[in-house]
Amino acid sequence: MPTLKTGGRFKSAVCAGEIMVVAASGDDVELTCGGVAMVEAGADAPAGAEVHPDHAVGIAMGKRYITADETLEVLCVKAGDGSLAVNGDLLLQKDTKQLPKTD
Amino acid sequence: MNVMMLLEMASGAFPDRPAFTDGERGLTYTYGELFEAARLRAGSIQAQGASRMAKLDVSNLGTPLGLFASAWAGVPYVPLNYRLTNEEIAALLKRVTPAYLVTSSDRVAAFGALDDVHAVATDAFLDAQQNQTPIEGEWGMDPDEVAVLLFTSGTTGEPKAAVLRHKHLVSYILTSVEFASAPEADASLVCVPPYHIAGIAAIMSSVYSGRHVIQLPNFSAERWIELAQQHNVTTAFVVPTMLARIVETLEARGATDAGMPHLNSLAYGGGKMPLSVIEKAMTLFPDTDFSNAYGLTETSSTICVLGPDAHREAVASTTDAGRRRLVSVGQALPGVEIEIRDDEGNLLGAGERGEIYVRGEQVSGEYEGKGSVVDAQGWFPTRDAGSMDEEGYLFLEGRADDVIVRGGENLSPGEIEDVLLTHPAVADAAVFGVPDEQWGEAVAAAVVAKPGASIDRQALKDLVHDQLRSSRVPAHMEVWDELPYNETGKLLRRVVKASVIEGL
Repeated sequence: MPTLKTGGRFKSAVCAGEIMVVAASGDDVELTCGGVAMVEAGADAPAGAEVHPDHAVGIAMGKRYITADETLEVLCVKAGDGSLAVNGDLLLQKDTKQLPKTD
Repeated sequence: MNVMMLLEMASGAFPDRPAFTDGERGLTYTYGELFEAARLRAGSIQAQGASRMAKLDVSNLGTPLGLFASAWAGVPYVPLNYRLTNEEIAALLKRVTPAYLVTSSDRVAAFGALDDVHAVATDAFLDAQQNQTPIEGEWGMDPDEVAVLLFTSGTTGEPKAAVLRHKHLVSYILTSVEFASAPEADASLVCVPPYHIAGIAAIMSSVYSGRHVIQLPNFSAERWIELAQQHNVTTAFVVPTMLARIVETLEARGATDAGMPHLNSLAYGGGKMPLSVIEKAMTLFPDTDFSNAYGLTETSSTICVLGPDAHREAVASTTDAGRRRLVSVGQALPGVEIEIRDDEGNLLGAGERGEIYVRGEQVSGEYEGKGSVVDAQGWFPTRDAGSMDEEGYLFLEGRADDVIVRGGENLSPGEIEDVLLTHPAVADAAVFGVPDEQWGEAVAAAVVAKPGASIDRQALKDLVHDQLRSSRVPAHMEVWDELPYNETGKLLRRVVKASVIEGL
């Protein structure tokens, strides 16, 4: 898959999920959703792939996901049934600290 | 990365929720309607070959529509101050051509006559019949594209255009707002000017949280109270002068309670909040959470917040240090770092006064044509003076340029003003330096008496002498009817200073 760059958008090949890259190290990594490599938002997804049962927790809109070493952070912009992973390791959900409303 | 993505997500998750209502004209866009309207207006902007979209009008539905349509069309959004003179506005417009200008109908002819300015009346911009060609394709995702150009209200020289890129605005929203966190009944009353960073931030954070915005184009305390009650408003942001007017109006009506149990949260910022105003407001709005926000145009809005719990703890505190927290602007947001440094750039410790430096993803610190003033490590010098206590609570002391240098000693005007304001006869105070043969600069003050009270200059000098030190005692003191403020509640200390120096 293409290099993950901040601002880049990718969609799942196996579900409705879509993400945007919030921060990336620039290293070549394979980001998967549902266990299958994600594709660029404008590209066609390969047909016939399915969500792998070990990668099926799903992603929720507006949630941010990070790798354990925090070198990659993505934002889910469309919810999906597949879970995100890099090199087979599932991404973790990052909490947004609830702040007082100021604007 | 593009602010349009924030609207896309909101419109995807709750298309039928009301997004923006013009409080005066009563018109409403739902999130779905706003998204589709942005697609069409982006087409109109692109068809004119504009390099910028400028908006010169009070807050209305064209404000969020302009911001998002510009983002989709890939051109910076430039909200202009409609209170400037025609000459000043024309000078700014010339800096953003070729421009697609949306303005009130009475100004279309004058500004549309300028070279490379395509002027459209707000009503025409909002009219679906006149904007029927959607933009083709998606918005750009380059995080370095410019989202907004904001002319800062410099008091000297040409206004500077602060550059805010999509990455700054989006990162501010992602770190400070939880997506879709607003309950469906939430409504936010927005009365800050649309050309102010707080106005831009209000649009984005309301959209991302899914809140319904009620726009109040021309602030008056009476209208604010009316709209807040009519729409069961749950959150609002005001500048200190607005809160002072709201408190005065409620008191003049003999109210002991504002009667707004629905108002969960009231945030303020943009200038120094007098202690007496916030204390009265907390009594009049007993069910409301108060937050104080500090931020700058160059930092994509808020960088520091004093939250509701800190407000309550400060009011309940029995120590002076504890109560003083109420005039602090709180602690840095997640992802934001703050340092206090001296004139040579050395890091200062807790309680020491210096210049406020800030670092974080949301910090731009860049001006068009002038480049970035952020240093190699990412720190932006705010030119605001302040100090931080042991727990990271930040206290503002005015602009760094306002520091008085008397006989080699740096004096903070804010510190002296705070003492003057504790006197029962003083309603308002401005402290500044004036040229002095012996000391280089001498301390001068302009004070405003409370209604019915008279100012005893010697008593005020004694008070400063006793509370601080003899070097802080004002050598000159004038009594003014009122002090000048800009529209976001910042004391125009330099205006007072210039006037006093002229009279010396």
